[in-house]
Amino acid sequence: MSAPTAVTGEAGQEEPLTRFEALIAQGGTIEPRDWMPDGYRRMLIRQIAQHAHSEIIGMQPEGAWLTRAPSLHRKSVLIAKVQDEAGHGLYLYSAAETLGVDRADLLDALHLGRQRASATFNHPALTWADTGAIAWLTDGAAVINQAPLCRTSYGPYARAMRRVCQEEAFHVRQGYDLMRALCEGTPEQKAMAQDAVDRWWLPAVALMFGPPDTEAGGADARTAALGAAVSRRAMAWGIKRHTNDELRQRFVDQCVPQAERLGLTLPDPAIRWNEERGHYDFTPIDWDTYRTALGDDTHWARRRIDHRRTAHEDGAWVREAATAYAAREEAGASADASGPAVPRQAQEERA
Amino acid sequence: MTTTSDERVDRAADHRPEPASPGATPGVGAPGRPARAPHAPADTGLATYLLRLGDDALVLGQRLCQWITRAPMIEEDLALSNIALDLIGHARTLLTLAGRLDGTGRTEDDLAFTRHERDFTNTLLTELPNGDFAVTVARQLAYTHYASLHYEALAGCPDRELAAFGARAVKEVAFHRLHADRWVRRLGGGTAESARRMQRGLERVWPYTAELFDEDDLVRRLAAAGTVPSPAPLRPVWEQRVTEVVTGAGLTVPVPSWRARGGRSGLHTEEFTDLIGELQSVRRQFPGGTW
Repeated sequence: MSAPTAVTGEAGQEEPLTRFEALIAQGGTIEPRDWMPDGYRRMLIRQIAQHAHSEIIGMQPEGAWLTRAPSLHRKSVLIAKVQDEAGHGLYLYSAAETLGVDRADLLDALHLGRQRASATFNHPALTWADTGAIAWLTDGAAVINQAPLCRTSYGPYARAMRRVCQEEAFHVRQGYDLMRALCEGTPEQKAMAQDAVDRWWLPAVALMFGPPDTEAGGADARTAALGAAVSRRAMAWGIKRHTNDELRQRFVDQCVPQAERLGLTLPDPAIRWNEERGHYDFTPIDWDTYRTALGDDTHWARRRIDHRRTAHEDGAWVREAATAYAAREEAGASADASGPAVPRQAQEERA
Repeated sequence: MTTTSDERVDRAADHRPEPASPGATPGVGAPGRPARAPHAPADTGLATYLLRLGDDALVLGQRLCQWITRAPMIEEDLALSNIALDLIGHARTLLTLAGRLDGTGRTEDDLAFTRHERDFTNTLLTELPNGDFAVTVARQLAYTHYASLHYEALAGCPDRELAAFGARAVKEVAFHRLHADRWVRRLGGGTAESARRMQRGLERVWPYTAELFDEDDLVRRLAAAGTVPSPAPLRPVWEQRVTEVVTGAGLTVPVPSWRARGGRSGLHTEEFTDLIGELQSVRRQFPGGTW
């Protein structure tokens, strides 16, 4: 995009930036053909791509348990969930494409490490209970994080998020139900559930909401100011609606009573109800904690990308075939609507 | 296994009339036959038959689950998971009916998670390892065209529950068949490499297709009684349909020099042990668990 150019001198036309800002201020939506500032477009592409990447990388930890689900009902539920995540990936890549980028390029960026998925999934799903903990905690965090995005200022993103959020809310209930079944089962099953919560709590509470962006959330004054500046810009553009730390608090407030009902302990000794604030206190997610939770450059972080890249490379011949076939069909359709497809022998000669 | 009781039932069946004459509508029960009331007393023959179909769906669904997150494109992660979900759904209905009919009261999960490898009676085709995408597409082509014909015939069988299942499943399988047909065309008519792989995929799975239409004493007896469709008459229709797709894609229908059998009697491939081990692993690790 070029810098905004003032359109002056013609009656009824305003400067694009003014129009854009007015639309945002009125709570309107920006559509793909509307003028938008470069920074707005870049921020959206980065955020939507990261979100899309997280959906497809997020299929892996749970996908690994599809073949081992311990009942056919749970297997069906898990297949449906992983399928939803693939669908979310598709909606979101499509939303990103309305901003002038290509899905293939975004996937390359993910595979080459130029773009990232949420670090939440840099953690391994070690037992069946992990599939429940992931759905209950990380999808639970995702719903809180993403619900405000249903009203985000960019139309295609907001519309994609409305579908995503409805399905995510269902996943949270399924995850909770899975954990409930384990907690009501044998002591071994309950221990498996507790172990999963011990390992997935920090990735959920820290990573799903991003780094601290307020002093109350655990950042020092300088980083809080920096984080707040980024959040402020995203909020001014209507992309984001709340600070990371506000959403994190909302998540903790939601999870504590649920964990109590399940009879599970969230692995944070600082969790207690604060009458004065009307919220649960918890150990602030400071930058050190956040960096620990990231798990960057670990075996698992690499495994996730390697798995993706391998699937992509193994499937290259299939995508090439589909493209070649589509091109030939299109050429055939325009040359002669009733003509036969090019015989394979002829294709091989060409190849 | 219910071999002993089957043999008893099969011997009893020797006195039954011969199957309908060739050319009759495949597999549909004799007209005017009263519908078997659901929840009738144990019918181990029909239960064994349903278990076979349920095992086909379960094992193929399990194989397709192995593709998810490994597909060539996200659209295929979606499509294959969709198909796997339908197959697991079919397995659940069929296993539930089988457990109810055989008089043991076993649930779908008892049947899926507590039997041993040798107790599974799926065809070898459904357990074949996924191979590359073309092998999976070839396997889907063979199975979906078979299932489509078979379920269509089941929809006309006298057992109301089974007929309702057939009527529902045939609609779902129609999409699976479309998916397989389209991929055979795309790969056959895509690039030289995809055509070579697709042909190789067909060669790989074709010796395993004959077992889908095998008839043993049990099937002959049930078909003769009009309880279930006879699979053999479905084969020429199947041949014609898959040939149309394969030749239309510029490929050749293989003429295998051998044919596999054994799945229906519990003699599986060596890879099957891993498939069942994986399927049952969590459940077996937590005896007495509730899920």
